Amino acid sequence: MILVIAEQRQGTLHRASWEAVAAAHELAGEDAVEALVLGSRVSGAAAELSQAAVAAVHVVDHELLDPYTPDGYVEALMQAIGALKPTGVVLPHTYQARDFVPKLAARLDCPLIADCVGIVRGGKPAFRRQIFQGKLVAEVSPEGRFPYLVSIQIGAYRGDSAKRAAGAAPIKALNAVIDPSVIREKPEPPFREARQAVDLSQAERIVAVGRGIKGKEHIALAERLATVLGAQLAASRPICDNGWLPMERQIGSSGQTVAPKLYVALGISGAIQHVVGMKGARTIVAINKDPDAPIFDVADYGIIGDLFELVPAIISELEKA
Amino acid sequence: MKIAVCIRHVPTREWQPRVDDSGRALREQDASYEMNEPDAYALEEALRLREKHSGEVVVCTAGPSRAAQVLREALARGADRAIHVEDDRLVSISTDSFVVAGALADALRDERFDLLLTGLQSDDQGAAQTGVILAERLGLPHATIVMDVQVGDGALRVKRELEGGWFQWVALPLPALLTIQSGINQLRYATLKGIMAAKKKEIRKVTPASLAAPRLAIVTLDVPRKTKKTEIISGTPGDAATQLVRKLKEDARVLA
Repeated sequence: MILVIAEQRQGTLHRASWEAVAAAHELAGEDAVEALVLGSRVSGAAAELSQAAVAAVHVVDHELLDPYTPDGYVEALMQAIGALKPTGVVLPHTYQARDFVPKLAARLDCPLIADCVGIVRGGKPAFRRQIFQGKLVAEVSPEGRFPYLVSIQIGAYRGDSAKRAAGAAPIKALNAVIDPSVIREKPEPPFREARQAVDLSQAERIVAVGRGIKGKEHIALAERLATVLGAQLAASRPICDNGWLPMERQIGSSGQTVAPKLYVALGISGAIQHVVGMKGARTIVAINKDPDAPIFDVADYGIIGDLFELVPAIISELEKA
Repeated sequence: MKIAVCIRHVPTREWQPRVDDSGRALREQDASYEMNEPDAYALEEALRLREKHSGEVVVCTAGPSRAAQVLREALARGADRAIHVEDDRLVSISTDSFVVAGALADALRDERFDLLLTGLQSDDQGAAQTGVILAERLGLPHATIVMDVQVGDGALRVKRELEGGWFQWVALPLPALLTIQSGINQLRYATLKGIMAAKKKEIRKVTPASLAAPRLAIVTLDVPRKTKKTEIISGTPGDAATQLVRKLKEDARVLA
């Protein structure tokens, strides 16, 4: 059995959980897939998850699991994995997973293959992951004890293509005993630094700018395009390092990972540190004056030219419609 | 406060890795190496904490003999002493996080550090596991992706980066381990005086009695294949704009 450990925040399912379900279906083949959600008052997330084509949704509901702590989660998951005995565990490679899954793997003494982008099925499963900043792809297989743990890169699988079932899967309560003294971390409530902070991972459309925008005064042009497209504005790292846009709008390995329906890259060369954050977009448009820019390797539509001429033309075309 | 910083010795970002004939290992003859960038931020944070709270900064790496280069660099930037867990099997491609974390845990356990820092992930393997596994092996609490560190009486308060522009302060008791996010501070570079002073500082070599068995096996290594067919739109800016908008509406169907 392959077990998906879903992520929820305040009872709402993280959408990357559906991507993990899609990956788990591919990994399992004919084998059963079950799901698990943990936290406190998570019946809403469990109900949403029960629409997936899974044999069961297990719920570990415990007041000490809210707020999230790595100590609390690992304590509960050691018991859940011990009871359910999966052969493989699949999770979305979120920041939260990065925080507790290596600890869980170390406690279980089981392999963890992190940030996977693909699955190779065979007698023994193997997983593709990017190394050296995306310059190489390694196919790796887990060694030693079961279960193996796999975290899936955000955007590597499409959550909306995860198989749904006609009827809801049974929701089963799973008991966990957590001694309050094992939880050493005392988290405070999450906050946002900027008042207008956006969660770009939820955006359906994104207009992103790179070094080709040349100066802070030209950001407004990209912003106009974003407005007519109903898109969020984002940037590659150098733009944020220069302070032309706030850090929270950065896409890439050190920023956010996104998978919108439409991604328009303006003057972005396509360094791998950026591409890892946006290649999951369904349709990518690249506008760049350099025909050799690697962004064209991942783009669906490319226009080689001057963005300062092209963007105003695209804006007026969109306003026409 | 006694602080350890775990640093990884990685090929430079500019290096183009090439796969050898076995298909499972790299030709590293032409590689040059540097300090893993997130670890450099961890070192800087440790130096700043020592300036504020006094104490000692000890840098540690697990790697082959050439990895001593990053320890000398860290000593030149101001670390007090170094520990080199040296084994030729500890090379970047064939050792996973369990092997590295296990070797570090064995070498560091008896030092009884108050605080251990490391970068949030490596520029080569990028698994983001070594720090957290090391914390578990040493029985310590941890926090990851840390953007600010405040030290109080026997305890820490750290700012963790969450997704989507969210942050969170977390308090945890000392001793503890933190993985540090790039950009937490401004890096300092070694001065000539620092480089001279580093020559007198100790690098203690530790030979691991044994290494943990790897939990991952490399099946193949490959360069990524281009998976998308890009449609290049040409013409005047006006024509290109018209074609693009039509294709986004009619073919891609991402615009209404």
